[in-house]
Amino acid sequence: MLKKIRVTLSILLFTLITLYFLDFRGYLPEWIQWLTKIQFVPALLALNVVVLVALLLLTLLFGRVYCSAICPMGIYQDTVAWLSKRVNKKKRYHYSKAKNGLRVIVLASTVVAFIFGFTLLVGLLDPYGAYGRMVTHLLRPAYLAGNNLLASIFTAFNNFTFYKVSVYIVSVSSLVIALITLLGIGYMAWRGGRSYCNTICPVGTLLGFLSRYSLFKVRINEEKCNACGLCAMKCKASCIDAKNRKIDYSRCVTCFNCLESCKRNAMKYRPNVPWKKKRQPRIVENQEPTGSLDASKRRFLTALLAISIPAKNLIAKVGSESPLSKRAFKRQTPIMPPGVPSIDHLLQKCISCHLCVSKCPSRVIKPALLEYGLGGMMQPKLYFDRGFCNYDCTVCGDVCPTGAILPLTKEEKNHNQMGQVQLILENCIVYHDETSCGACSEHCPTQAVRMVPYKGVLTIPEINPEICVGCGGCEYVCPAIPFKAIYVEGLTMQRRIEIEHDEVKEIQIDDFGF
Amino acid sequence: MDRRKFLRAVALSGAALTTIKEVDAMSILSQSFEAADGASKYDLVAVLGGEPEVMFRKAITEMGGMSNFINKGDKVCVKPNIGWDQPVEMGANTNPKLVAEIIKHCLDAGASEVTVFDHSCDDWRKSYANSGIEDAARAAGARVVPAHQESYYKSVSIPKGKSLKNAKIHQAIVDSDKWINVPILKNHGGAQLTISMKNYMGIVWDRGFFHANDLQQCIADVCTYEKRPVLNVVDAYRLMKTSGPRGRSLSDVVLSKGLFISQDIVAVDTAATNFFNQAREMPLENVTHIRKAEELGLGTTNLEKLRIGRLRV
Repeated sequence: MLKKIRVTLSILLFTLITLYFLDFRGYLPEWIQWLTKIQFVPALLALNVVVLVALLLLTLLFGRVYCSAICPMGIYQDTVAWLSKRVNKKKRYHYSKAKNGLRVIVLASTVVAFIFGFTLLVGLLDPYGAYGRMVTHLLRPAYLAGNNLLASIFTAFNNFTFYKVSVYIVSVSSLVIALITLLGIGYMAWRGGRSYCNTICPVGTLLGFLSRYSLFKVRINEEKCNACGLCAMKCKASCIDAKNRKIDYSRCVTCFNCLESCKRNAMKYRPNVPWKKKRQPRIVENQEPTGSLDASKRRFLTALLAISIPAKNLIAKVGSESPLSKRAFKRQTPIMPPGVPSIDHLLQKCISCHLCVSKCPSRVIKPALLEYGLGGMMQPKLYFDRGFCNYDCTVCGDVCPTGAILPLTKEEKNHNQMGQVQLILENCIVYHDETSCGACSEHCPTQAVRMVPYKGVLTIPEINPEICVGCGGCEYVCPAIPFKAIYVEGLTMQRRIEIEHDEVKEIQIDDFGF
Repeated sequence: MDRRKFLRAVALSGAALTTIKEVDAMSILSQSFEAADGASKYDLVAVLGGEPEVMFRKAITEMGGMSNFINKGDKVCVKPNIGWDQPVEMGANTNPKLVAEIIKHCLDAGASEVTVFDHSCDDWRKSYANSGIEDAARAAGARVVPAHQESYYKSVSIPKGKSLKNAKIHQAIVDSDKWINVPILKNHGGAQLTISMKNYMGIVWDRGFFHANDLQQCIADVCTYEKRPVLNVVDAYRLMKTSGPRGRSLSDVVLSKGLFISQDIVAVDTAATNFFNQAREMPLENVTHIRKAEELGLGTTNLEKLRIGRLRV
């Protein structure tokens, strides 16, 4: 019964949170975003005390229910483990000793790195963030492709229920990291069930520490138990030491698989009752990490760093050697999503779950490479190759579960400056070709770019960076080739701008005028 | 090779490739597009002082009714301006009441179906929804179709164009029997004004080419596309006098309550320019695509020559 509840609940929550990432048409109700806000690390970063207290209490009362039913990465592992059992029917789990040394080291380094402002490690290891990236970079393209297939079928019959969307790789580095996560954690789950949760996952370690003291636990009735070991074979956390009739509660994820396996009804999930007091054997291990996952990630990051520095220079070189007289722009500071107060704030709060990347209707958010430094790798930045930030849209701040992107009202968004417009006049069509254009000004919601009289009846852009919101409409649409004539320069701090509007004057037109 | 040379080479090679198709295209070209076989009293009708749908009803009656332009069974496309994620009050998009009224008249005239679309500048989902046009058009019985992907567009040649020799035009226009052009009268930073001709930029995929290759000439060129609108209905119920075409605040907008309708795209844009000139100085010479279109034989700027109906509600 307990297992059935757990399975139902976890499948439900897992499906909803996954669909929430995928749902680009906004079909799902708003409240589903709470599934991202009740995740442990996001709640911690957002300083969401209510959720944190609730999660800690939940663990102290019932054990690691978070890991078994709420964490989407946990359920992903269960799914993989379940599949592995379907493939190999004879598969059995075995008790293994706790790798507490590794657990503590990973948790401690994550915390220390975080305190010293290196959030990348939390970002890489946090199960929610890692799962978010898997959905955003691996599942979402497939989902969109499926949508497009349906769209072409339906459109052929003149039905426009579905519409096509472009499918593309948002960021190669994030895709690779997502793939490594999927395969690495997937491999561990295939081999040994919840071994990621009980060796590397910092949230698992932390909650595991609490769950030793939880009220409700799976308890073995030593009088009934004959140490047959059936339960240990079913334990995907490998935490039941059947021989000694002991359970390592720090690793138990309350999946309840053991309860149903016991033929003698010797296992019960129940509150602590006075029991014969026994000290837990203290296991001091000094084992090296067994999984190759962490090492490969590190290797990848080092390699990436090593490659990207010369690559960047190479690209810059190609640009400078070009024989064209016009010049290319180079953004000095990346543009942060609207509602991020400062780069420091972003670096501290963002775990790169890429929910904003998935949810941005204008698709202008993508993971950074090294623009924010190594610690800010994969954190969101704006780019205007495929669109520009909609003036009235506040979606990224609304969905961000960690408070890295703070929510803005429409009024605040309209006055929020995330970048400033820059004009390279020699690249401009009007200047260069002396023909009309005005595409930049056309898209500018505040008229920070406006067209002023130029030669004859021509008009030419004039910029006022003070009232620019940095939406990138001008940069996106500027038709000048090979180099754009207008672009947005990022800011390390976003700020509120004031925009003056003329008074509304009543103008009466009573005549035809011809 | 500089940009001009490169683009010229691309345009020329593109044009050369399309010559094969032109043989078919010529047969359509030779057809007269004058659907109104003299039944209308006027070449151009201007209405002032009413609600958008009331002004349209009056205007179309003077033009001899919609059945003068739409035949039974026609597949009709109505092309408003749905360029921006702006509410009706901003006058950035065609008035939804006008769009709905036109759709009803088409269906009453026996149109087999009416399609509505625009290649929006802002996010198309938001523009379709917040302009109010999506809901209004659906309620009136039209099918509102997307236009945000290149695959919805078909390549056509523009043999009479000077700068623009070919373009990708939305299939809803290419596959239609008749289409109605329903722009809104606005200031435009680059083209000075956006009216009927500039509204054509919402039927093409690659607008960037226009901007990069003499915008004003390309606007005139695209209007020579063989399938001309059977009617141009200019919505001047609200007129954006400054900061166009997107608009910043209500101070950019004048409640001008006008409507202009004609088959002659040059004449209707000339009339609308003169009307706009009353709200803010805008000599016809500034809106150079209008003269360029006249040179291409698309119509006349000489309103004196035309039979014009001037009505008030």
